[in-house]
Amino acid sequence: MTEELIIAGFGGQGVLSMGKILAYSGIMENKEVTWFPSYGPEMRGGTANVTVIVSDSRISSPVLHEYDTAIILNQQSMDKFESKVKPGGILIYDPNGIVHPPTRTDINIYKVEGTVTAVEMGNPKVFNMIIVGGYLKVRPIVSLDNVEKGLEKSLPARYHNLIPLNLEAIKTGQDIVEKVN
Amino acid sequence: MGELRLMKGNEVLAEAAIRCGCDGYFGYPITPQSEVMETLMELQPWETTGMVVLQAESEVASINMVYGAAATGKKVMTSSSSPGVSLMMEGISYIAGAELPCLVVNVQRGGPGLGTIQPSQADYNQAVKGGGHGDYRLITLAPASVQEMHDFVDLAFNLAFKYRNPAMILTDGALGQMMEKVELADFKPRWTREEIQEISGSWATTGKTASRERNVVTSLEMDPGKMEQNNLRFQEKFKAIQENEVRYETFMCEDAEYVLVAFGTSSRICQKAIELGRAKGIKVGLLRPITLWPFPSEVIASMTCRVKGFLSVEMSAGQMVDDVKLAVFNSGCTVPVEYFGRMGGILPSPNEVIEALESKLINR
Repeated sequence: MTEELIIAGFGGQGVLSMGKILAYSGIMENKEVTWFPSYGPEMRGGTANVTVIVSDSRISSPVLHEYDTAIILNQQSMDKFESKVKPGGILIYDPNGIVHPPTRTDINIYKVEGTVTAVEMGNPKVFNMIIVGGYLKVRPIVSLDNVEKGLEKSLPARYHNLIPLNLEAIKTGQDIVEKVN
Repeated sequence: MGELRLMKGNEVLAEAAIRCGCDGYFGYPITPQSEVMETLMELQPWETTGMVVLQAESEVASINMVYGAAATGKKVMTSSSSPGVSLMMEGISYIAGAELPCLVVNVQRGGPGLGTIQPSQADYNQAVKGGGHGDYRLITLAPASVQEMHDFVDLAFNLAFKYRNPAMILTDGALGQMMEKVELADFKPRWTREEIQEISGSWATTGKTASRERNVVTSLEMDPGKMEQNNLRFQEKFKAIQENEVRYETFMCEDAEYVLVAFGTSSRICQKAIELGRAKGIKVGLLRPITLWPFPSEVIASMTCRVKGFLSVEMSAGQMVDDVKLAVFNSGCTVPVEYFGRMGGILPSPNEVIEALESKLINR
């Protein structure tokens, strides 16, 4: 099993942390992982993206021209990455702020109303975990137990009281993800 | 099994330095390697192992602090990125001339000049052909994973002390910023005063005792006859390094008709390119130099008579390709050697590598 995933959105949406939690969860499952961020001035307020690869075997390139799955969280990223999903692959997006929804018919498209649901849950910060939940429902590459362990490893101890809230957000995401095409 | 963690390449350089018993780090911040010193400052090893961590006023100051501390037989290092490493070149030449061990890490970014902050391999020639003045060589290691960023810190120090020569880890912003699973080594204690005496007492300025001659550390020699003798001794040392320390890895080369030559990040990209190429029926393999100097010329020469061509894949304008050509030239067989690369902070993608292989070698 190898999953080549890109998560792309605005800086501040928690794109890099989503990737980090998935990568740590992968380690908890004894898998090989690579987390490769876009870095530089564009991170501060502009677009941010991270490539996450989780695999049973040694990982080759962190640099990819096509992906098994793309998680897309703003229009700029949709414009850039919709075409880079492998045929038969998966595109997951949050419709908030998306003016031109994806149009490809050779991939599986899902949407997660993450922004709206996070506000309903009373904590906009769990937005990214709702999206992670939607992703894990569609692509269960790691178990929820290991996501919990991944959260423990990737969050500083002072934030461990927030783990139950994050797990709840993941479960909510699993419930609300819906197939579009 | 050691502790498993998800870490950035830059963070792991710091962690590995502490764990291998490094005595001192002197540096100046620059993107994309600032996490090295940030991590050291956060871990505060001066409270635990006693390792000194100091932010100097410039790269010129850092390398000269390394020079001074290395003269005492201590295990010391610095790190920077391309423009900062250029500033260190004078100091590196002095350290090589004074025959001192140390570690310099270059987390390369796009150049020339201030360039970009994105990954590059355009300092290859600077690392392996000189950079500073005079006839010296840098033992140059090129990690291709976060695990190797960890492992090569200890290896670089071992080689530096074995040959009393500066060693460099030549990596790039991608490996510095990337996180991967890494197994951390156990802590090795720093050398005691007695151990330093035993290991380096014959040359290091450890405090003169009544029973021995003064140890003088200098790169200056006013007598050209003696300076030539020094150089001849250096060359003997470099020859021994070339004979004993070549390291490389091959990937799917057994039946390969075409061989990609790439190091560091570009070697990872090439592994993916090989998967794509093999799926199309192209018999392609990878030779990954781990030591860039000494360069694995002999293994290239040994392949030359049974392959149809080499493609040097770089994040530079065609630097390592010269060393591949030289290796092929010395082999006695003639096969084409081509180059493909991207520059300025742009990474080649796996499909571009295969397209280049097809257009430059297979369908030439």
